[in-house]
Amino acid sequence: FFQYCLSGHPTLPCNVLKFKSTTIMLDCGLDMTSTLNFLPLPLVQSPRLSKLPGWVLKDGSTFLDKELKECSGHVFVDSVPEFCLPETELLDLSTVDVILISNYHCMMALPYITEYTGFAGTVYATEPTVQIGRLLMEELVNSIERVPKAQSASMWKNKEVQRLLPAPLKDAVEVSMWRKCYTMPEVNAALSKIQLVGYSQKIELFGAVQVTPLSSGYALGSSNWIIQSHYEKVSYVSGSSLLTTHPQPMDQASLKNSDVLILTGLTQIPTANPDGMVGEFCSNLAMTVRNGGNVLVPCYPSGVIYDLLECLYQYIDSAGLSNVPFYFISPVANSSLEFSQIFAEWLCHNKQTKVYLPEPPFPHAELIQTNKLKHYPSIHGDFSNDFKQPCVVFTGHPSLRFGDVVHFMELWGKSSLNTVIFTEPDFSYLDALAPYQPLAMKCVYCPIDTRLNFIQVSKLLKEVQPLHVVCPEQYTQPPPTQSHRTDLMIDCQPPPMSYRRAEVLTLPYKRRYEKIEIMPELADSLVPLEIKPGISLATVSAVLHTKDNKHVLQLPPKPPQPPASKKRKRVSDDVPECKPLKPLLSGSIPVDQFVQTLEKHGFSDVKVEDTAKGHIVLLQEAETLIQIEEDSTHIICDNDEPLRVKLRDLVLKFLQKF
Amino acid sequence: LVCLCLGPGAGQDVGRSCILVSIAGKNVMLDCGMHMGYNDDRRFPDFSYITQNGRLTDFLDCVIISHFHLDHCGALPYFSEMVGYDGPIYMTHPTKAICPILLEDYRKITVDKKGETNFFTSQMIKDCMKKVVAVHLHQTVQVDEELEIKAYYAGHVLGAAMFQIKVGCESVVYTGDYNMTPDRHLGAAWIDKCRPDLLISESTYATTIRDSKRCRERDFLKKVHETVERGGKVLIPVFALGRAQELCILLETFWERMNLKAPIYFSTGLTEKANHYYKLFITWTNQKIRKTFVQRNMFEFKHIKAFDRAFADNPGPMVVFATPGMLHAGQSLQIFRKWAGNEKNMVIMPGYCVQGTVGHKILSGQRKLEMEGRQILEVKMQVEYMSFSAHADAKGIMQLIRQAEPRNVLLVHGEAKKMEFLKQKIEQEFHVNCYMPANGETTTILTNPSIPVDISLGLLKRETAIGLLPDVKKPKLMHGTLIMKDNSFRLVSPEQALKELGLAEHQLRFTCRVHIQDPRKEHETVLRVYNHLKGVLKDYSVQHLPDGSITVESILIQATAHSEDQGTKVLLVSWTYQDEELGSYLTSLLKKGLPPSTS
Repeated sequence: FFQYCLSGHPTLPCNVLKFKSTTIMLDCGLDMTSTLNFLPLPLVQSPRLSKLPGWVLKDGSTFLDKELKECSGHVFVDSVPEFCLPETELLDLSTVDVILISNYHCMMALPYITEYTGFAGTVYATEPTVQIGRLLMEELVNSIERVPKAQSASMWKNKEVQRLLPAPLKDAVEVSMWRKCYTMPEVNAALSKIQLVGYSQKIELFGAVQVTPLSSGYALGSSNWIIQSHYEKVSYVSGSSLLTTHPQPMDQASLKNSDVLILTGLTQIPTANPDGMVGEFCSNLAMTVRNGGNVLVPCYPSGVIYDLLECLYQYIDSAGLSNVPFYFISPVANSSLEFSQIFAEWLCHNKQTKVYLPEPPFPHAELIQTNKLKHYPSIHGDFSNDFKQPCVVFTGHPSLRFGDVVHFMELWGKSSLNTVIFTEPDFSYLDALAPYQPLAMKCVYCPIDTRLNFIQVSKLLKEVQPLHVVCPEQYTQPPPTQSHRTDLMIDCQPPPMSYRRAEVLTLPYKRRYEKIEIMPELADSLVPLEIKPGISLATVSAVLHTKDNKHVLQLPPKPPQPPASKKRKRVSDDVPECKPLKPLLSGSIPVDQFVQTLEKHGFSDVKVEDTAKGHIVLLQEAETLIQIEEDSTHIICDNDEPLRVKLRDLVLKFLQKF
Repeated sequence: LVCLCLGPGAGQDVGRSCILVSIAGKNVMLDCGMHMGYNDDRRFPDFSYITQNGRLTDFLDCVIISHFHLDHCGALPYFSEMVGYDGPIYMTHPTKAICPILLEDYRKITVDKKGETNFFTSQMIKDCMKKVVAVHLHQTVQVDEELEIKAYYAGHVLGAAMFQIKVGCESVVYTGDYNMTPDRHLGAAWIDKCRPDLLISESTYATTIRDSKRCRERDFLKKVHETVERGGKVLIPVFALGRAQELCILLETFWERMNLKAPIYFSTGLTEKANHYYKLFITWTNQKIRKTFVQRNMFEFKHIKAFDRAFADNPGPMVVFATPGMLHAGQSLQIFRKWAGNEKNMVIMPGYCVQGTVGHKILSGQRKLEMEGRQILEVKMQVEYMSFSAHADAKGIMQLIRQAEPRNVLLVHGEAKKMEFLKQKIEQEFHVNCYMPANGETTTILTNPSIPVDISLGLLKRETAIGLLPDVKKPKLMHGTLIMKDNSFRLVSPEQALKELGLAEHQLRFTCRVHIQDPRKEHETVLRVYNHLKGVLKDYSVQHLPDGSITVESILIQATAHSEDQGTKVLLVSWTYQDEELGSYLTSLLKKGLPPSTS
């Protein structure tokens, strides 16, 4: 049992598990922090960005000034943004049998895996995961393809050149693995390989392994996975939440009795309390709007935005914001809002009850109806006519490198009346803002990450008691910036096994049994013998059939009738074909009774001699002796087969067979 | 052993479905329907069949409801609140949402309009629904340690499901009502090859092989269109949820295409609400609707408007969808009475009607109906029947059997004669037993489950290592010892069994003296024996050891000179009981002597 670790990002994992005879990929997250090294893609010509000076090496050489631009002391790649793929060389990915997806954020690398590696297996995910994952991919592709960039920089990636660059470019890892975004046909091809599953659905893989998604409480349709055979159980916990937001609560009970628990996707901001952050978000938003400024919320088109809209729904009237327009701008804004209303079965209890009335589960339906929330596919078209300030705009991408958000950063960045509020925890907000410096606009950092924190993890581990915990190395030490906070790491016994990118772990299992089925006819033929009180034994001689990794024992077929006309056979035909195993024997032979039995069977000249360890029974006429000891019997005779067989059967009468 | 008691209802009648299944000691009630043709006690199943004494809660492990039609869930509040059952009731989310609304509707008609007493109350419906646990499609629900159930998509109506009930290796699949062809708003039923011991299938359309859906739709539209063209009124009695939505989508698109102006109405306030359910549970509809719902929600109708009672007297053509579907009460019956006298009008029955209802009467050709108060109603309007109800036809039922591969089939929810025909067909094609019990009849089906045991990995590996290539002609025998302790069954190697029980092995060994005439020296004799054995026993490991002995597998052969006769050599062949066959064979082989030396 091995685990191949293809991603070093703890919240965007990609691991491959070799479990029994199956190869299972757990998630395929796409590390998008690489895009922070690139210049933003502006939707409309940006004089500021186009005037940025080319970067010049210390020695004055300018061969990189087309590829690299300098902005407020930082150097950016002037090219189509690229993403850091999971490791593709560590093992042959065409051998992956199945991919299990835990939530829509962790499937963004899917097209790279399914379309470029020869992958021929099946992907399993829940319906909301697929639908919302598709929206995220659509938005990503759209926002990059919308801004055609002639240039694709590659010179800087040369190892010799990269060495000369300033940080963070100098330290960027695996730059040769960075790839441009996929296209919609690739997304569609990848998604067509997905098979939809429901929570607690047991899915058989090749008869050997069963996988089951469980509700993880983090997002619509998000799941943890159980991978198990009859005797071993691996729990894959990825992106779970114990907070009550909109999704169905996390199923913890089913994680019990795991041999191995793989723990990924914990909160990225362990020190921030999501509830407090939401409060801060609302008050900052209100304050800015009251002062006549605009609020920009860079966000994904699904997920936390539903909760934020719900908070605002309750908050705007009391805060006197009823007349402030809320805009949600994304090519998938409408779809996201519509889809959120149709997944009743995947929502928390409160929202489910609303659907039974029947009412839409999320109040943003009402915000839209009353025209408080308006959604647009992009800043072009209808939006430019309706646009009124001051306003609140929700739009992507949270990296601030592409999407409509770039436009609003350029538009509002110069005024200190405006505020950008960061709620998504995936990108460092300072890095995100770097290419927009100097900036007059206020920046507020309210990261809302509802995933498990370390206190919740230690409670969870105490509750479900796995034998071993496996986690990314980042979780086994305090965060680098807070090295004194030893509470910000996983603490369990035995200590967790940690992994890093491109590492192969051997998972500890001890397997001793396997399931086998005894066919009813065979079961009927068995003769149980009570050996000790409560313990019975039966010897089983049967034919083993193994198909699809399932084992079945059947009655042995009746020996074929010997052919009527017996041809003279060659000697070798008589060679026993295979060794039919004889049972083991146990017990001991009482000499007196044995001698009596011999006499009863016509041996009249039986003589018994005592030896150190037992007895020797002599049949004088037949020149045969039988050594009998506590745990052994030895029959020594001439080559007289009928006699030997007779003696054998007499001895066997005194012994038990196993 | 599956013992199946078809107690309370269902059986050979399309009335109320209610089936009791006992499987490996677990008792499960499938559906809890009421009969719409009766107004007395007979409308509810007789639950005293289930258990004469003792509480239902103690006897039943769970109740499963397949879909929201009243002939499948109409007796549920009566059963749980008036007879008394507190255990879990399982149904899908849409069924859980819609079921209480239909029950309340039904209660209103019976109690408030007809003034009947001894009926369940609104509060009882609410209390009953509190016992309901909603299930996802394909989710394995662990009812208790041994009993698990799983829902499959059934088509038929929104949220309809088939259920697999499983205990150990024994399983039953109950289809409820299902539809094997996708329609305008729902997908087709689907099940995997789960090979249940028993498949309980509905058989409403046991003998019908319906003509293609498209033909029926064209026919329907033509009739509606003709009637409206000549100024007639069309009444389509429907149930608020289900067929109604499909027909609405059909008429809506037709009206749009033909640019028709005649009004279409949908009766009762339930409509809008009903359509809302369809919008919120759109994941349960067919693929096309699901795919396009963001752009255009198929359940937002432009041409179909809410009906007001006063509209029925309006002059000119119109189309009205009215509930209930069997013309047994309510608004559809009221409108029918108003319009029945005019031959220009038409009533289209799009679904099955239960015996005793007005719908059933007019469909069987009756044109003079006795209404309440001895009034005679003469039916002059045209009566059309069009099978739109989404049940599987004979072809569909066969298709499902092919998908699930059951070992036995049991037909319910159909008419005896039709079922008999289908039964023969099933037995012929699939060679499985097919049953069709009458109401209250118990069917017992013997199952012969195999027994799962734990096999030690060591033993299994030893066995699979020997026989890497399975040979059909020479099946490999494996040998092990089954240890039965408490309720655990473990199959281990005999050695391990001995060890675990603290018993010592008793070794039984044989040594045979074989005399061979060979004047050569001992070591030369040994060499000849060795060559001979090596030549004969090609598949065995034959070795000549440095100490002068020969081994064949674990059998030891040593040669000594005869004490008296130098020309005779004595071969000592020694083996254990476990090598009995080979040892015995070797001695007889050696007794035949050695082949003449070639050297």
